[in-house]
Amino acid sequence: MLALMQNGGGALAQTPNEGTNFLHELLLWLPLPEWIPGWALILGAVGAGVGILVGLVSLIALWSVWMERKVSGHMQCRNGPMYAGGWHGWAQTIADGIKLFQKEDMIPIGADRALFVLSPAIVLASIFGALAALPLSYDWYFARMDLGIFTILAIGSTTTIGVIMAGWASNSKWSLYGAMREAAQVVAYEIPLGIALMVPLITLGTFSLLDASALQSGFFGMGWAIFQNPLCLPAFIIFWIAALAETKRAPFDLPEAESELVAGFLTEFSGIRWSFFFMEEYAAMFLMSAVGAVFFFGGFESPATYALRSAGMEGTIVFSLVCFVTLVLKAFTGVFLMMWLRWTLPRVRIDQVMTMGYKYLTPLALICVLGAAIWEAILHVVLN
Amino acid sequence: MNSNQLFYGALGLAGAGAMGAGMVAAGGPGLAFGFCAYLTLGGAAVCIWEQSIVRSAFSLMGTFLGVAGLFVLLGSDFLAMAQILIYVGGILALLLFGVMLSPPDNNERSLARVGGTTVMIGAGVAFIVAQISGGVAGWLVADQLPEPNSQARAIGLAFLDPKQYVVAFELAAYLLTVALVAAVYIARRRRADFEPESEAQGGQS
Repeated sequence: MLALMQNGGGALAQTPNEGTNFLHELLLWLPLPEWIPGWALILGAVGAGVGILVGLVSLIALWSVWMERKVSGHMQCRNGPMYAGGWHGWAQTIADGIKLFQKEDMIPIGADRALFVLSPAIVLASIFGALAALPLSYDWYFARMDLGIFTILAIGSTTTIGVIMAGWASNSKWSLYGAMREAAQVVAYEIPLGIALMVPLITLGTFSLLDASALQSGFFGMGWAIFQNPLCLPAFIIFWIAALAETKRAPFDLPEAESELVAGFLTEFSGIRWSFFFMEEYAAMFLMSAVGAVFFFGGFESPATYALRSAGMEGTIVFSLVCFVTLVLKAFTGVFLMMWLRWTLPRVRIDQVMTMGYKYLTPLALICVLGAAIWEAILHVVLN
Repeated sequence: MNSNQLFYGALGLAGAGAMGAGMVAAGGPGLAFGFCAYLTLGGAAVCIWEQSIVRSAFSLMGTFLGVAGLFVLLGSDFLAMAQILIYVGGILALLLFGVMLSPPDNNERSLARVGGTTVMIGAGVAFIVAQISGGVAGWLVADQLPEPNSQARAIGLAFLDPKQYVVAFELAAYLLTVALVAAVYIARRRRADFEPESEAQGGQS
């Protein structure tokens, strides 16, 4: 980072508008007639982008719910869903989704109708906004952002407001307790999450997810941040604990806490509104895992990427696809880790959550940042 | 029609007016500006005149997001994201944490002011629409957005440059750390708080 500062960016100082996104390229490639006005094209491109995001979130949720049920089943020495669809119950989530769509849409009489209806929308909008900042491959992205990770954290943090809104609008004491826990927990864990991410940011010297991935391509595609700076490993552990708390996953699922609060902020929700919250939860798990993969574990870089690059296939569709598959595999490894932790660890108490966030994770993350900065200074200033 | 419906009706009309006026004046960018400005002012209006205090707090989200949108329109992505991260993710969550325990049907605020607001919003919209439709005489209208250009690198370098803002930056960080430690010190329970009163009396007797 220091080297970057001294030569003003050097080779990495790319302008944010360099390159276009794939929707733009698609529009240029399609044989469109001349008479279509510009605003219709823009609207069409925006619609296609939203469609891609909705499809992505739905696919992630469909796959992750099935995966969660299979993983939890095998962790508990049972099989999980086995019948729907034939092979290992692969169609179970689709069947569940159709059932949820058909359910009666209920709003309690005492609820604040407007906020009750608005809250799933805010939760889903925030995850769509955050996922839009995640590049899926070196040339599959919606925007080349210098501030990629900052955008993801900022827009992702609005989920909290939706959850609090859901809890308060339900007008139920279980929901309200769930919402209060969510507010306290998220405010406490946003700090260590952001600070722990500073360690790979210092190591790599960029906020952009694309640049961060490209900077980890050394050592045959294994020059990952976690191997570049020894402080990245403790920082990743802190990041991971905070990410579990941010996505309300066990052992930090206190806002739901089914054995204490019925279903927490979800108690009064049913049908498709209820499933929107779960779509958000699984998409957020994928997003956090993907962010962890990009900033600690090399992003799109792997020996396969390295082999294709040395074969001169960079820029082809095969290369993009391999990058995409690499990131998705890494992200779903993270999702599996989250599920493994959920079915292994018991839920912690709310005061233990607070103690851990404020008294241990935040100071430890600060120490990690200091250590990482000293390491980088020694590496780049003293040894150079 | 009660005054609440009148208020939200006027607010909706004001939104349509603001976006329409922006569209007429400057096309697409004008529409975007109208929407962001409406979100900012509409959120503030709901925050001031809504009866339920929790709804007031939630409406601030519109204001914060609207301001972030205005920053984006001005081409400053870093400020926009910082606005969302700090105000929506942090301050609004804390604020809601404070007011969340109030019941949903409180009438803490007087309805008498709603009529006045409605008139004010209506007059404002009428003024803007009249200005636009009567030829945009003397108005400076930006018909295109500034180039989206990330300022994050420039801001970061300015903060760490000894000739620019490094002292102010470090002082602000120092002040925040002191404030954090002071808050913990004030909120901390003293040992005396843990000892039940009866037990202390029992010890004396």
